[in-house]
Amino acid sequence: MVQVVLSGIMKTAVDDQAEIEIEAKNIKQLLDALARDYPKMEPYVKKGLAVSINGVIYRDSLYQKIPEDAEIFVIPRLAGG
Amino acid sequence: MASSTGEAPESKGTHQYQPRDFKVVGTTPLRPDGVDKVTGRARFGADMNLPGQLVGKVLRSPHPHAKLVSIDTSEAEALPGVKAVVTRDDFAENEAHHDILCNIMARDKVLYEGHAVAAVAATSRAIALKALKKIKVVYDILPHVTDVDEAMKADAPILHDDMFTHGVDPMPTTASNIAGRCEFGHGDVDAGFEQADIIIERNFKTAATHQGYIEPHACVATVTSDDYGELWGCTQGHFVLRNVSASLVGMDVSKLRVTASEIGGGFGGKTTVFLEPVCLMLAKKSGKPVKMAMTRDEVFKASGPTASSSMDVKIGCTKDGRITAGFAEVRYQGGAFRGAPADFGAMCAFACYALENVKAIGWEVVTNRPKGAAYRAPGAPMSVYAVESVVDELAKAIDMDPIDFRLKNAARNGDKSSYGPKFESLGLVETLEAAKNHPNYQIPLGPNQGRGVASGFWFNFGGETCSTLNVNQDGTVAISVGTPDIGGSRASMCQMAAEELGIPYDQVRAIVTDTSSLGFNDTTEGSRVTFSSGMAVIFAAREIIGKLCERAAMMWDIPVEAVKWEEGKAIPAGANAGDFEPLTLAEIADAAGGTGGPIAGHHEYNADGAGVSFGTHLVDTEVDPETGFVKILRYTVIQDAGKAIHPSYVEGQFQGGAVQGIGWALNEEYIYGDDGKLQNAGFLDYRLPVASDLPMIDTVIVEVPNPGHPYGVRGVGETGIVPPLAAIANSVSDAANLRMTELPMSPPRILKAIHQAEAAE
Amino acid sequence: MGIHVSTKINGDDVEFVCDAEETLLDVLRDRLNLTGAKEGCATGDCGACSVTIDGRLTCSCLTLGAEVEGREIGTVEGVAKGNELHPIQQKILDNAALQCGVCTPGIVVAAKALLEKKPDPSEEEIRYWMAGNLCRCTGYDKIIRAIQDAAAEMRG
Ligand code: FES
Ligand code: FES
Repeated sequence: MVQVVLSGIMKTAVDDQAEIEIEAKNIKQLLDALARDYPKMEPYVKKGLAVSINGVIYRDSLYQKIPEDAEIFVIPRLAGG
Repeated sequence: MASSTGEAPESKGTHQYQPRDFKVVGTTPLRPDGVDKVTGRARFGADMNLPGQLVGKVLRSPHPHAKLVSIDTSEAEALPGVKAVVTRDDFAENEAHHDILCNIMARDKVLYEGHAVAAVAATSRAIALKALKKIKVVYDILPHVTDVDEAMKADAPILHDDMFTHGVDPMPTTASNIAGRCEFGHGDVDAGFEQADIIIERNFKTAATHQGYIEPHACVATVTSDDYGELWGCTQGHFVLRNVSASLVGMDVSKLRVTASEIGGGFGGKTTVFLEPVCLMLAKKSGKPVKMAMTRDEVFKASGPTASSSMDVKIGCTKDGRITAGFAEVRYQGGAFRGAPADFGAMCAFACYALENVKAIGWEVVTNRPKGAAYRAPGAPMSVYAVESVVDELAKAIDMDPIDFRLKNAARNGDKSSYGPKFESLGLVETLEAAKNHPNYQIPLGPNQGRGVASGFWFNFGGETCSTLNVNQDGTVAISVGTPDIGGSRASMCQMAAEELGIPYDQVRAIVTDTSSLGFNDTTEGSRVTFSSGMAVIFAAREIIGKLCERAAMMWDIPVEAVKWEEGKAIPAGANAGDFEPLTLAEIADAAGGTGGPIAGHHEYNADGAGVSFGTHLVDTEVDPETGFVKILRYTVIQDAGKAIHPSYVEGQFQGGAVQGIGWALNEEYIYGDDGKLQNAGFLDYRLPVASDLPMIDTVIVEVPNPGHPYGVRGVGETGIVPPLAAIANSVSDAANLRMTELPMSPPRILKAIHQAEAAE
Repeated sequence: MGIHVSTKINGDDVEFVCDAEETLLDVLRDRLNLTGAKEGCATGDCGACSVTIDGRLTCSCLTLGAEVEGREIGTVEGVAKGNELHPIQQKILDNAALQCGVCTPGIVVAAKALLEKKPDPSEEEIRYWMAGNLCRCTGYDKIIRAIQDAAAEMRG
């Protein structure tokens, strides 16, 4: 189980919970589980998200491993200038 | 490094940084494309011509909002010299790129003045323009809205009847112009404000600005009868451009080859697709090459601008300068489609501070303006302007030095960021300390002069990247990257390869290859190139070193483990140390034909672990009380670069970002009339800063290594535009004893504020 | 109806035919394939199209092709002597006074015209002279320094 914090536009999609617990060993499993357990998350997952694991932001690496006690944030996918 | 195989460490994002003594990195060699650029030989978007090419021109809507009832192109098509006309009917629906499709060629509605309605390819520009006049469009004019606050009202004209606000639960069932709501933060802001001794609350507004690249969008396309296409043009991301254009035109991606020309500035504004699919469609229909270039008027009306904003900020602190709570609500309009960077605005607003109680809400809004595009640190400059203005006012209110106030609250390693994740390694405090100790912070000020400070933040990111290095027979090395060079990045690529391989800089050449020569690369954006492509170059060079050692081992007939690479040479080591004369890269390259053929290295990956970037700016201004004119007396940019590969180009990024910020703060503004039309679509009335407006821009490069990069590199392109808006507002406030809450601070606005302040006294 | 024009460009005799409404910039770029001068605005506001006509700095987007009959035109392509860069070109490189480089041809032509008129300009004079040449990338700092360095070198 990892503790996941969703922020931004996604918070309402997980029924306004500050933190949720999810069984996931990598980013893809995390996102799949989010879309499965919280149907309102699906559009965001489809649109693309970034995941921060212990402070390092991953934009595309779906199979990045998530350590057991990692601090996980799901944030909007970054774009830039 | 001897047995390096070029593999990236397992956890790509963290702790790859290794301190070392650099030989080439950190020096300032001449850029490889330099001579072409000072002699006029470099070929930019509009400099390419194909034999027999036609000229393409776009018909644009004169109305800000209207139903597109009918388009009759028959007379235009009949005009001699006209070879093709395209309209919405030529483009099929496209779910994946729906908004881009609607933007490049209006479908059922035009959504802003300048929205493309039809396009013509003809044998000359004159004929093409004449043909546009012959296209008969019937519009059913609708009410429009261009202001963000107006657009959010319940009775505002609605742009999209299928837009239901995301991020609000339950999702509204009536359509509105509010595309989404987002919220970031932690703690309990109400409780935080209870603990405050002093609370300041203000509203701010900023105008939309344009990236202002000097080169208008341009491209040339050709499509053969068996549907192979080639496109040449200026873009920050030719791979993304290829994918989107192929999809919109209905081609296989593999059949479209895109070459990125030299690019005359982008700043985010050329991460977009506007003319290219239209140009391909005209080429396809006419069977001839077609060239298109926007006029400056079109650039202003139909490309790029950034969001305009309306914001409320409330911050509380104790008498001794500890911020107890921060709240921001930002409303950004990003033109006629989704995508206003309100989320980044909300995330960046308080990023400079370690706060127990913080909340930032962002609203993303659509209006009848051109579809916004990214502009350097998209979304950050506005919200940071608002927050840093209030921070400045708080420091003044408790009579504390503004840098000390920031130091007291600054985010440090391990702090929880205002947008969620913990900061791992950051150089904010270092920039603040450098600002405090800078001689420019001590210079005495005269009458009507003021000093302002502000800090700013950008995330930085990596993305999909690959690069190839080929060793030539003469021992020189050719680098192929897939990220257009927008500010000298080819030079830094060469430096990093030279550093790894241990050869001189002038033995390495970098080019940006077309889309058929490398795998997919993300766009040049978000300060990712020197970081991502650079790291790919480093790993590809390490792969080459492995191969060079193998070849040397073969030539010496010793095990490869007994060969090490040092200073550009293979050296026998271990038991074989001293047995053979070292072999240079050139000698191994020369013998390559007999030792297994050409030697190349390649690296492909998702670059993650881009380190965050912070900067602090100092500015002194003088405000003329008679005219309201603001003169910049001194300007200092202090920013963390992690490690500056080519310090001159790092300084250039700092200076360029700061001056764009100066323009945003003082002059630049999209001005709309009540008719919903842009009133200043030209450089005369939309005034970019010119040389005589400015002093020298002093710079300090702080280097706090990014743990996620072998050399410690952080992106440097974005952050420079974040602090200037607030730094200048704070300086003006100090000079004229005014708090300017609306940008730009043009002379009439300042005069008005001075007069209001006088009247209030 | 084409207009026949005889002129000199970068020291060479050149003849071309153009339409009455064609600008010198269009002629240079589209007819003579001299694409060093750029179109940034076509309204005289950016300086990317800078050339000299009889030694005077001019926006080629504001001049008609037909107007240059019998005149002498200097473009960025004529600034270097063969492979030898003009000091202003070299100093722009040395100072990293370009990022994207699209303004650079105009800057080179304008700065050269300044230094021919005024070998020892003050920083302020340089800034006002160059105020007609927009650069969005550099913030001008390094451009001004490059011009100062070139001036110093040319004075010897
Ligand atoms: S193109 Fe001539 S001044 Fe801009
Ligand atoms: S270097 Fe890009 S506009 Fe000057």
